[in-house]
Amino acid sequence: MLRGAITIALLLAAWEYFARSGIFSRAITPPLETIAVALVSMIADGSIFRHTLATMLRVAIGLAIALAIAIPLGMLMGRYALWERILRPAVAVLMPIPSLAWVPLVVLWFGIGNVATVLIVVYASTFSLLYNVWMGVKTINPIWVRAAQVMNAHGWRLFRHVIWPAALPSIITGIRLAFGRAWIAVIGGELLASPQWGLGKLIFDAKEFLNADTMLAALFVIGVLGLFFERVVFQLLERATVNRWGMASGARR
Amino acid sequence: MSRLSGILLGCVAFVVLALAWQAAYWAGVFPPRLFPSLATVADTLGRLTINGTMLVSAAATLFRLLFGFLLAGVVGVVVGLLMGRVQWIEDALLPIVSFMYPIPGIAYAPLFVLWFGLGDLPAILLVAVATSFTVIINTWKGVKAVNPIWIRSAHAMGASERSIFAKVILPGALPYVLTGLRLGLASAWRILVAVEMLMSVTQGLGWLIFGSQQFLNTDVMLATIAVIGIVGMLLERQVFLRLEQATIVRWGMMSA
Repeated sequence: MLRGAITIALLLAAWEYFARSGIFSRAITPPLETIAVALVSMIADGSIFRHTLATMLRVAIGLAIALAIAIPLGMLMGRYALWERILRPAVAVLMPIPSLAWVPLVVLWFGIGNVATVLIVVYASTFSLLYNVWMGVKTINPIWVRAAQVMNAHGWRLFRHVIWPAALPSIITGIRLAFGRAWIAVIGGELLASPQWGLGKLIFDAKEFLNADTMLAALFVIGVLGLFFERVVFQLLERATVNRWGMASGARR
Repeated sequence: MSRLSGILLGCVAFVVLALAWQAAYWAGVFPPRLFPSLATVADTLGRLTINGTMLVSAAATLFRLLFGFLLAGVVGVVVGLLMGRVQWIEDALLPIVSFMYPIPGIAYAPLFVLWFGLGDLPAILLVAVATSFTVIINTWKGVKAVNPIWIRSAHAMGASERSIFAKVILPGALPYVLTGLRLGLASAWRILVAVEMLMSVTQGLGWLIFGSQQFLNTDVMLATIAVIGIVGMLLERQVFLRLEQATIVRWGMMSA
C-alpha cells in the first residue's frame, strides 16, 4: 500500500518534471497543477457531472436492452439443442465484429446522438452476455434438473427454482464482462458519433482546442469510474450473490 | 442428427437475417442510398476484392496489428513476469496497472494524436498500450498461480533459480500468458478498427469504413464490416487455437 503510494508519487513527479522541461509544448503535456485546475473547474460548473451522467445513462440503457435480448436467447440456446444449432453460427459470425466498426453506419442510419451510441453499447455487450448465459445454462449439473423433474417440477417451476439460480453466477460474470465492453464502446462511440454530452465527447472536443489538460482530467475521471465499477460495484454484487451462495470457488483479487 | 442437417439448421439464422434485411430494404425503412440490398453489398465486396482495395486495406491493418501486438506482447509478458516474481516491482506497479487497465484504450486516441501526430506511429502505440494491460494482468496472475509445491520440489532437487524460472515457472504460467495474449489480440483488433477512424491513416479497414461515410457508400462500409468480422474470427480460431494445441494442450495442462 505504502509502496504503491510511493510509486504513484514518483510517477507524478516524473510527469511534472517532463511537463515542465519543455520537451513537448506546455499545451500538449500540461503540468499536474493545470490538469487539477481543469478538473476542479469542470466540477465547479457541474459540466463533468453532466458528461458523466450522459455516459452512464447510455451504458445503463444499453446494458438493459442487451440483458433483455441475451437472457432469453441464451436460455433457449442452453436448454434446447435445436436453438443452439440454429443460433450458434450466427453468433460466431457476428461476435468478432468490433462494435465500433458499426459506428459510421449507425450514424448514417440514426443520426448523431443517443440512439446511435446506445445501439453501439447494445451491440458491444449483447454477445458476451449471451455467451455467458448460454454456457451457464448448458453447464448446469444435469442431475439437478433431472432430480427436479422427478419431483414433478416442470416449466416455470423448474426454471424459477433450478435453472435460474444455477445459471445466475455465469449471468453475473457476463454482466461484468459486458460492462467492460460497454464502457469501451460508449467512449469510442462518443468519440466517433459525437453526441452533445458524454465523457468521450468531452475528450474529442478538448482535442479540437488543444486542451490537453481537459483531456487528461477526463481520462482521470474515466479511470476512477472504471476502477469504481470493477472493484466496488461488481465485487459487492458478487459477494452478495455468487460468493454468499457458495457457488464461486476460491477467493478472487 | 446428421452433419448435413446441422449445417442446414445453422443457415436458418442467416436466411432469417437476410430476409429481414431485404424486407427492410424493399419496405424502404431507410433511403436505399443508406441501406443497400444484400446483392449490392456482395457485388461491392467482390469488386473491392478483385481490384485489390480490400487486400491492401486488410494488409495495412494487419501490419499495424502485428507491430502493436508484438510490442504489447513483449512488454506485457516481461512486466507481468517481473511483477509475479519480484515483490517490490509488484507493489510498485500494481496500483498503476489497476488504474490504467479499466480505461478504454480508445479514450487515449485524441491525446496520442496531439502527442505523436497522425498516421501509423500513434496507431501502433495506442494498440500496444491498450493491449499490454490485459497481457500484464494475465501473466502476473499466471506466475502467482504456479503451484508452490512445484517450485519447492524443484528447489529440493537442487535446481538453480534460473532453471526453476525456465522449466517450472514459465511453463506453469503459460496457460495464463496465452489467455492474456489471446484476449489481448482480440481487444487489439477491436480497438484498431476504431483507432484507424480517429487517426486518419492512409489505408486500413477502419479507414475504409470511415472514409466511405463521407460519400455515403454504405455498401462499401458493410462489405468492410464483413471482412473485419471474418479476419477477426480467423485470428481467434486459427492462430491461437493452434498455438494452444502445440503447447499447453500437448503438455497435458489443459484439455482440448
